[in-house]
Amino acid sequence: MTMRLVAENLSCERGGRRVFSDLALTLEAGRALAVTGPNGVGKSSLLRVLAGLVQPASGSIRIEDGDPELSAGEHCHYYGHLDALKPALSVLENLDFWTSFLAPGRTGARWQPMTPIEALEALGIDHAGDLPAAYLSAGQRRRLALARLLVVARPVWLLDEPTSALDAASEARLGELMSDHLAAGGMIVAATHQTMPLAEVGTLRLEAPA
Amino acid sequence: MAILDLANPTRFLALSARLLPWLAAACVIAFAVGLYMTFFVAPDDYQQGATVKIMYLHVPAAWLAMMCYSVMAISSLGTLIWKHPLADVSAKAAAPIGAAFTLISLITGSLWGKPMWGTYWVWDARLTSVLVLFIMYLGLIALWRTIEDPIRAGKAAAVLTLVGAINLPIIKFSVDWWNTLHQPASVIRMDGPTIHPTILWPLLVMALAFTLLFFVMHLMAMRNEILRRRLRTMQLQAASARVGVATPQAAE
Amino acid sequence: MSGWMGALFLRELRLSLRVGGGALIGVLFFLAVITVIPFGVGPDLNLLALIGPAVLWIGALLATLLGLDRLFQADRDDGSLDLMLMAGRPLEVLVLVKCLAHWVGTGLPLVLSAPVLSIFLNLEPLAIGAVALTLLVGTPALTLIGAIGAALTVSLRRGGLLLAVLVVPFSIPVLIFGVSASGAAVTEPTPFLTPFLLLAALTLISAVVGPVAAAMALRFSSD
Repeated sequence: MTMRLVAENLSCERGGRRVFSDLALTLEAGRALAVTGPNGVGKSSLLRVLAGLVQPASGSIRIEDGDPELSAGEHCHYYGHLDALKPALSVLENLDFWTSFLAPGRTGARWQPMTPIEALEALGIDHAGDLPAAYLSAGQRRRLALARLLVVARPVWLLDEPTSALDAASEARLGELMSDHLAAGGMIVAATHQTMPLAEVGTLRLEAPA
Repeated sequence: MAILDLANPTRFLALSARLLPWLAAACVIAFAVGLYMTFFVAPDDYQQGATVKIMYLHVPAAWLAMMCYSVMAISSLGTLIWKHPLADVSAKAAAPIGAAFTLISLITGSLWGKPMWGTYWVWDARLTSVLVLFIMYLGLIALWRTIEDPIRAGKAAAVLTLVGAINLPIIKFSVDWWNTLHQPASVIRMDGPTIHPTILWPLLVMALAFTLLFFVMHLMAMRNEILRRRLRTMQLQAASARVGVATPQAAE
Repeated sequence: MSGWMGALFLRELRLSLRVGGGALIGVLFFLAVITVIPFGVGPDLNLLALIGPAVLWIGALLATLLGLDRLFQADRDDGSLDLMLMAGRPLEVLVLVKCLAHWVGTGLPLVLSAPVLSIFLNLEPLAIGAVALTLLVGTPALTLIGAIGAALTVSLRRGGLLLAVLVVPFSIPVLIFGVSASGAAVTEPTPFLTPFLLLAALTLISAVVGPVAAAMALRFSSD
């Protein structure tokens, strides 16, 4: 049995307003899903519901063949608009903290997390390892936040506008990392306006009713 | 929220509308009897004279101040454990009523204290505990008013109410301990079962009247709160009419 | 302490001690409060010695409560709190470790500076020792109780004052037994150990109630 992310009958309300209802999705290991649609239609809300950060008004989310000790959200990496970086800590201190703090979603031969140094190298910010994170540019901060996904093995990546503030080269690099993650049997759900730099992507389009 | 749980609050609105006139009538009768007994049956105190009549307001108010917090604590359990849609409406509606009874109890207590202590306020253990309770009520109301989303505000207030319920006995104990350290026993004291029937009966009837008053006001406040939430939901729907409900087009 | 708790403790401590952290500001605030008291009540040394323990305790209470508003809010503002909620670690333990680190960064300096400030208030050596000891045992309770307020007000822009209002009633027992124990050490007939042990008990109760309630509030705050 392969790992699958299954969400059924999901409804979400935020601040008393119904954002979406009766949404179902299934994602097999090794597949990616792009969530598209106009602004305010609930793309970010869907990701936060999948991450377990917003309680759905109805419906359920589960990871089949996952770690029974962990909730569905704890199988996920959430890469949102905020970088979760502390400017007063150095780049490596920031990354080291999340490396030891986040519980890995699943350990196995196919899920090889990088060391923090390797992750910084992979994203081209290893030269700044000992500098305070305050000195990084916006793009470098995004990449440091992204490094978190590489150092802790979790099967599902939830990416909210992953390419924002990244230049073309970094975007291509992100594409490679995402492909590697899928090749290792991972899953990706990305809310995005742009086409994702991936070969094979399913699409979930959230629409406002006419 | 109201859209999902209309069934329950609607039934509550219908039921409370039928119940309220009876409760209100019982409350008026209880107050009429209670006040008559207070002024014409209950004897004047041989030391305090007619001042002792304040007791028939003060003691029921203090009792209601505590009962109201118990209602809020039970409602909070309802919010957090059973997730009952009316529970946090009940807790929110009870808070200002509880604060009002606490204030009445404080004011009548200090008015009663003036002829006995020669001053409006002494740091008596009971008065101090009630003052702390008053601050807790105001803090809870402030928390409700500062968090905009009613559901989240209700959950936050429920956590605080329960922490308060755990802490109130500790606070009461510590204030009593502090009080015996600094001054001898308190002045306001009821003499338990030996209390004379001409004092006890007016007091019990007044306590009943106050309790009925609480339930009348609580039901009315809950109805208001439900209607206020419906209004909010309708306003939100009006604001988001052009966004509405999203439906998935193609899921994989 | 297993790996992730150590990492969290170290991170919190570093943040409170580095640029932008609030560790020393608490001590400065404490100093400021103690300094204005004689201007308010007059420089009578006997009076100051009498009210000294109480003044130090109230100063420590205010310094602790006012320093707590960023305990969770800083992590919420930069997105760290979201990741902590989905980290797969028990949230109650997380709160406890954060409180511990916060106390080491801000509460312990208050305890250590209290003996120095006691000199301004004309306290006897015995009273100085008693105040420092009761603060050492009692201020963790203030941090742990305050954490509930910090978690409840985490989403509010200006939650600092509300935090203090919400938490002050719960800190009254700590204040009562802390000041009583300090006073009892000086005046002979009243026993020191009774209020002191009650104070220690309050800290232990807070170590359970605080993290559980704060974790619950944090879970509800995420949206």
